[in-house]
Amino acid sequence: MSVIAKDILQPEIIEDTRPDMLVCKDIAKIYPTPKGDYTVLSDLQLTIKKGEFISIIGHSGCGKSTLLTMIAGLNDISKGAVYVDGNEVRGAGPDRAVVFQSPSLFPWMTALQNVMIGVKQVFPHATKKQKQDICKYYLDKVGLGNDFNKRASELSQGMQQRVGIARGFALKPKVLLLDEPFGMLDSLTRGELQDVLLEVWQKEQITAIMVTHDVDESIFLADRVIMMTSGPYAKIGDELRIPFERPRNRVDILEHPDYYQYRGYLMDFLNH
Amino acid sequence: MKERILQLTGIQAFLAPWISVIKGEEVQKNVQALLKSYIYPLLSILLFIGIWHAGATYLFNKEATAKIEKARTERGEAGALEMQNCIISGDVSCQPNTLPSPAKVWDAYLSLLADHKIISAKKDAFELKVAKTNEKRIAKGQDPITYTGRPSFVDQIKTSLKTVFAGFLLAAFIAIPIGIIIGLSTTLRTSFNWLIQILKPVSPVVWLLLVFMIVKTVMSDSDMDKSFMISFISVGLCSMWATLVNTSMGVSTVDKDFVNVAKVLKLSIGQNIFKVVLPSSLPMIFTGLRITLSVAWMVLIAIELLAQSPGLGSFVWEEFQNGASDSNAKIIVAMFVIGMIGFMLDRIMMVVQKMMSFNK
Ligand SMILES: Nc1ncnc2c1ncn2[C@@H]1O[C@H](COP(=O)(O)OP(=O)(O)OP(=O)(O)O)[C@@H](O)[C@H]1O
Ligand SMILES: [Mg+2]
Repeated sequence: MSVIAKDILQPEIIEDTRPDMLVCKDIAKIYPTPKGDYTVLSDLQLTIKKGEFISIIGHSGCGKSTLLTMIAGLNDISKGAVYVDGNEVRGAGPDRAVVFQSPSLFPWMTALQNVMIGVKQVFPHATKKQKQDICKYYLDKVGLGNDFNKRASELSQGMQQRVGIARGFALKPKVLLLDEPFGMLDSLTRGELQDVLLEVWQKEQITAIMVTHDVDESIFLADRVIMMTSGPYAKIGDELRIPFERPRNRVDILEHPDYYQYRGYLMDFLNH
Repeated sequence: MKERILQLTGIQAFLAPWISVIKGEEVQKNVQALLKSYIYPLLSILLFIGIWHAGATYLFNKEATAKIEKARTERGEAGALEMQNCIISGDVSCQPNTLPSPAKVWDAYLSLLADHKIISAKKDAFELKVAKTNEKRIAKGQDPITYTGRPSFVDQIKTSLKTVFAGFLLAAFIAIPIGIIIGLSTTLRTSFNWLIQILKPVSPVVWLLLVFMIVKTVMSDSDMDKSFMISFISVGLCSMWATLVNTSMGVSTVDKDFVNVAKVLKLSIGQNIFKVVLPSSLPMIFTGLRITLSVAWMVLIAIELLAQSPGLGSFVWEEFQNGASDSNAKIIVAMFVIGMIGFMLDRIMMVVQKMMSFNK
């Protein structure tokens, strides 16, 4: 299949006037290993606008998780700096909520308590009722309206990841970071959760960055797909704007006349 | 809750085939299950008793022959005959002293029970008699008069349980907090590791002596029960290591994802410990406590025996030195009682441990 050049695919470039929410400036990650330093990322530049949904694709081991954990503050930045809303990132914090690949819920807590522990941190002055309402609102939104008081260990993987998403949004973060959040789910559940994620995101308009292996998922969800080159010394190789209208619907996207050209472009990048 | 306990103890699985057979469900399959879970164990018990009986008979005969031969060399044919008749008559003065047969052990068990009934009747009578005096003494602020007669076998069991329980609590109160502190800090863990590794394998006897040295001095002018103090502290010190090591291990190996979540949520140190670290290491802690309890029960007997403190250990020792005709049988009774109580304690801890684990 012949791949259409990007300027034919995306002719008009409209200036995005939204303010910058996240800026990665000249960042690098060097892991010291027994065989000497291993530079995973170097000279990486990335700017994300407020309210944008970005997906990041790239080969396994290129450093996607490394980039995401550096933004989250869970991993030291070797060189350069990450700015969120103009402030340099130092350490982790609830303004950059993370949805991990494994749901990472505390199994000894109920679904509600798992969301509540975060809400308490972010809204310390709210009344108990207000905090409960926030938790219940998001759990309801991700489709767990009847399972507030179920133990996390009693929930299925898919349900646990729903709680993970609810916990992420309930923190009202500036940036929501998702590292292959649906990677462990079967394709049916994965589709359901993509819909849930889009629906809540549409309402909240939170800046979101999602790492994924799934090209279709990246197109369906994102405003912009970032393609990373393979490591070592990985950086941003290319990016593709996905101008499909929102709110999006899976069937409409799949039937869109341009869909396979976007898909082809991404596949072409990955295969070279 | 009740059902969960039944299920966890294994009682449910134990009773299920009976219920099904009675209800007439899948008879063939359940009869087989019954065979497996009742008949075979029962057969193995019978086999065990059979071998025991045969062995005891053999030893009895050997010892008897030796006695008769000895009498023959000392007092001639008449002495030998006299000894033989004496043994056959069952007279306690000349019975061979060896491994008692199952029947004798059963008799000893019954006599211990009867003894217990007599002693508790005496005790009740005594308490009734001194009740009035005691009321007056308490009113005056004096200590009440207590029964000081010989304890029965059941009293000894109760004392042992009390000691092991006190030792177990002591172990938990020392080992869990220290384990948490050590588990939280790699520096502390590496600096105290050698101490733990050295103290862990120290024999109960040495602990007892150490505790004895200290308690003797510390409590030289206190009128508390010294032998009880010594034995329960020694039991606690011997048995706490499993809990200490497991707690620090559980605390130091909290799932990396949980640690990351705690960082993202910016939990305070206190929240981190009580909401994340402790709950996630509870299963490990309870595994440690289960080992601690079984070790505590095992060393208790030896420690009681050495510390001369009342309980099953001193019961065994006194019977051994006593050398009465049914002493050996009583020791075997004590052995079975010790084993069964140990088994029961372990079962209880197993249920608690399973209830504490969240990832089934
Ligand atoms: N702690 C570490 N020490 C040394 N090297 C590491 C460490 N963590 C990750 N790496 C290396 O960094 C590279 C990038 O890892 P990373 O997990 O970010 O990849 P990824 O793009 O997320 O891969 P995947 O798609 O499989 O999740 C890999 O080659 C990995 O071996
Ligand atoms: Mg990864």
